[in-house]
Amino acid sequence: MNLPRAAAVILSKELRTEFRSRELLGTTLVFVLIVLVLFSFTFNPASSESRRFGPGLLWLAFLFSGSLMLQPSFLREQTNDTLAALRLAPIDPFSILAGKMAANFLFLLLVELILLPVFAVLYNIAILPVLGPLVLVLALGTVGLATTGTVFSAVAAQARLRELLLPLLLLPVLAPVLIASTEATVGILRDPSVLSVVWLTFLASFDVIFLTAAWLVGEYLLEE
Amino acid sequence: MSRSGVAPNSCCAIWFRAETSRVSTPLAFSPNAGLRISFCNVEKRYGMRMALRGVSLEIAAGECVALVGHNGSGKTTLLKIAAQLSRPSRGELKFYSGETALAPDVVKHRIGMVAHHTLVYDELTAEENLVFFAKLFALPDPAVKARQSLVPVGLAGRAGDLVRTFSRGMRQRLAIARALIASPQLLLLDEPAAGLDPEGQQWLGVTLSNLHASGCTILMSTHGRNETQGAVTRAIRLEDGNITRDSGPGGDPYPVLAMAAVRETSEGDAR
Repeated sequence: MNLPRAAAVILSKELRTEFRSRELLGTTLVFVLIVLVLFSFTFNPASSESRRFGPGLLWLAFLFSGSLMLQPSFLREQTNDTLAALRLAPIDPFSILAGKMAANFLFLLLVELILLPVFAVLYNIAILPVLGPLVLVLALGTVGLATTGTVFSAVAAQARLRELLLPLLLLPVLAPVLIASTEATVGILRDPSVLSVVWLTFLASFDVIFLTAAWLVGEYLLEE
Repeated sequence: MSRSGVAPNSCCAIWFRAETSRVSTPLAFSPNAGLRISFCNVEKRYGMRMALRGVSLEIAAGECVALVGHNGSGKTTLLKIAAQLSRPSRGELKFYSGETALAPDVVKHRIGMVAHHTLVYDELTAEENLVFFAKLFALPDPAVKARQSLVPVGLAGRAGDLVRTFSRGMRQRLAIARALIASPQLLLLDEPAAGLDPEGQQWLGVTLSNLHASGCTILMSTHGRNETQGAVTRAIRLEDGNITRDSGPGGDPYPVLAMAAVRETSEGDAR
């Protein structure tokens, strides 16, 4: 079976499993909501501070949600050693990672899109006029988050301190994504709005580099 | 053709004959040639611990080999290496179909495995699990194949139930259906009778005998004496990562199996 088809089969399994239980989506939504509300208490939302600090806090919240949501990605495969079942199948090992990356991307993007209106209300920022560019930055940042998160979830799942290891590995590596996404979002929410090609290119490059790295080392990542 | 209209040399077709009363639609599968495996001086090291110490072993096509030995003797490691789930630290593993050496990616299509864990998803139904794996093996009509595979394992009536509601024995039956869904030429089983009641063990014994009769190569680890050993044509004892007894191809496997059963019993009594 070719790589895209195998990845699509794994993606559909991930979606079916999650939408049946909604455990991960529900938990992450509540967590990010709490983080956004708590952050909003730290400054006056009516002031211009919102536009300056809001995007950074928003992406920090998404980063935390990523480390929470991506943890079970490979951990769930350990329950009945189903990762071995996937590895026994005659498919490219990267298709296992690709299917999970795609599923994690969709889950994270869904959480972000649901929480965007909440962010707009809490931080008093009009997002409707800039929704298009904002979704573009969200998508590029989320690809980076999902790609690296899925890779490190595979690494952490085989370690003894797996629950602690993922945030420790993930957060430093995602610092460039946090900086680039925040800067791009600040530009978009500025008056007048500016879509920074430099930061978008930076985000796209990060995504391509980590996807390529995952493709190259995918087989070894999934080994015992 | 058999009485049920199934090709006689197909592993799964013969399997269906074990429970003909439950089979409504006979299936036709391709003939099973069986794979030949060659372990050449295979070593496996986990950190400082040696799990296998230079194992050299030839398993001919169509053999049914039982691996016996204590916990930690290297049985599961050997099976994992044969399944390509684990790489040997040293040595080589080769597969042959007839006289033709097969590439590792080609071999995966032809291997089925029943592992220590069930390798099925608790959050999916029995049918969804089999459809998922049928799709990964690129089988035609995965949904039909999945439904048909559930009949002989007696789970057709529970096809739509989540696996997490199943008993251990039912999960094991589903695990066996998953392993056999692509009509493997090499079947690897890690203590397949675990969790099965005496009736389930007997059913598994008949299934393995039929698979062996069809030409499928079988390599399984087993503890003590159980119903699955009826089909065994060769027994190998592993101790501390070494082969210490091998009844050999064509030899009588029962002395090695009996010795394992006696040791298991005496160790159980001692405990």
